[in-house]
Amino acid sequence: MTVTEFTPWTALGGGLLIGLSALMMLEFNGRIAGISGIVGKLFTARGEDWWWRAAFVLGMLAGAGGYAVLSPDGLNLHIESSMPLMLAAGFLVGLGARLGRGCTSGHGVCGIGRLSARSLSATAIFMSVAALTVFLSRHVLEL
Amino acid sequence: MWSLLLAFLGGAIFALGLVLSQMADPAKVLNFLDVAGHWDPSLMLVMGGALALTVPGFRLILKQPHPLLDGRFHLPQSAEIDADLVWGSILFGIGWGLVGLCPGPAIVGLVSGAQPIFGFMLTMLIGYRLMDYLQIRRGKA
Repeated sequence: MTVTEFTPWTALGGGLLIGLSALMMLEFNGRIAGISGIVGKLFTARGEDWWWRAAFVLGMLAGAGGYAVLSPDGLNLHIESSMPLMLAAGFLVGLGARLGRGCTSGHGVCGIGRLSARSLSATAIFMSVAALTVFLSRHVLEL
Repeated sequence: MWSLLLAFLGGAIFALGLVLSQMADPAKVLNFLDVAGHWDPSLMLVMGGALALTVPGFRLILKQPHPLLDGRFHLPQSAEIDADLVWGSILFGIGWGLVGLCPGPAIVGLVSGAQPIFGFMLTMLIGYRLMDYLQIRRGKA
């Protein structure tokens, strides 16, 4: 388990960038910057509805890639979960994001941004369930 | 053309936000969710920073008749808090809590080349498509 320190300024700065991106997408394109929907519908969307999604995902890869190249620490990710756990978790996240129509960005940033009670409920539920999952896996089952 | 450029730029800024805030790092996310352990509250500020812009900003933007580069706003139609929303959020929360990855950070993480992230992305897309299919069959497309 990697111990991480409280990093308020970079967290706030990063949050502002995410908010700025969400504002841009709504102001210019009239779209909600919800990542699960943007990437999930890449398989069914056609025409212009496909192109903006592809451009957004490419932009994400380019932004992260640019940072990885320019920053001395790279992306600095710590992945401690085993492959089987990652596969199971990915499947649940995919099922859940489609069934609940949104994820951390779509509900948590954009939906709450629109003061949607639906998104506020979704965010409260998935945050509590995620915290409970971490509690059980780290402190009870000690996975 | 401009709308595609804006989408690309929006994606890049979003990803930079995830990396700068370290929300792209599963360890950071798990430590945020681990309130009973060595709790790292940083990610509250990520959400706080984003909402500080979207709450007032969306309000102003949605007062316009339409966005600058499109004829209309494409907003979610449903406002109902139904069983699908609750179950979907529960499944999502379990997956998120198991490994500390959600869709945005998973895309960013692909750049690191780490195989487990590619695995997560693959099953995430399979899960999304499977639920899409089931929802269409249930007439809830």
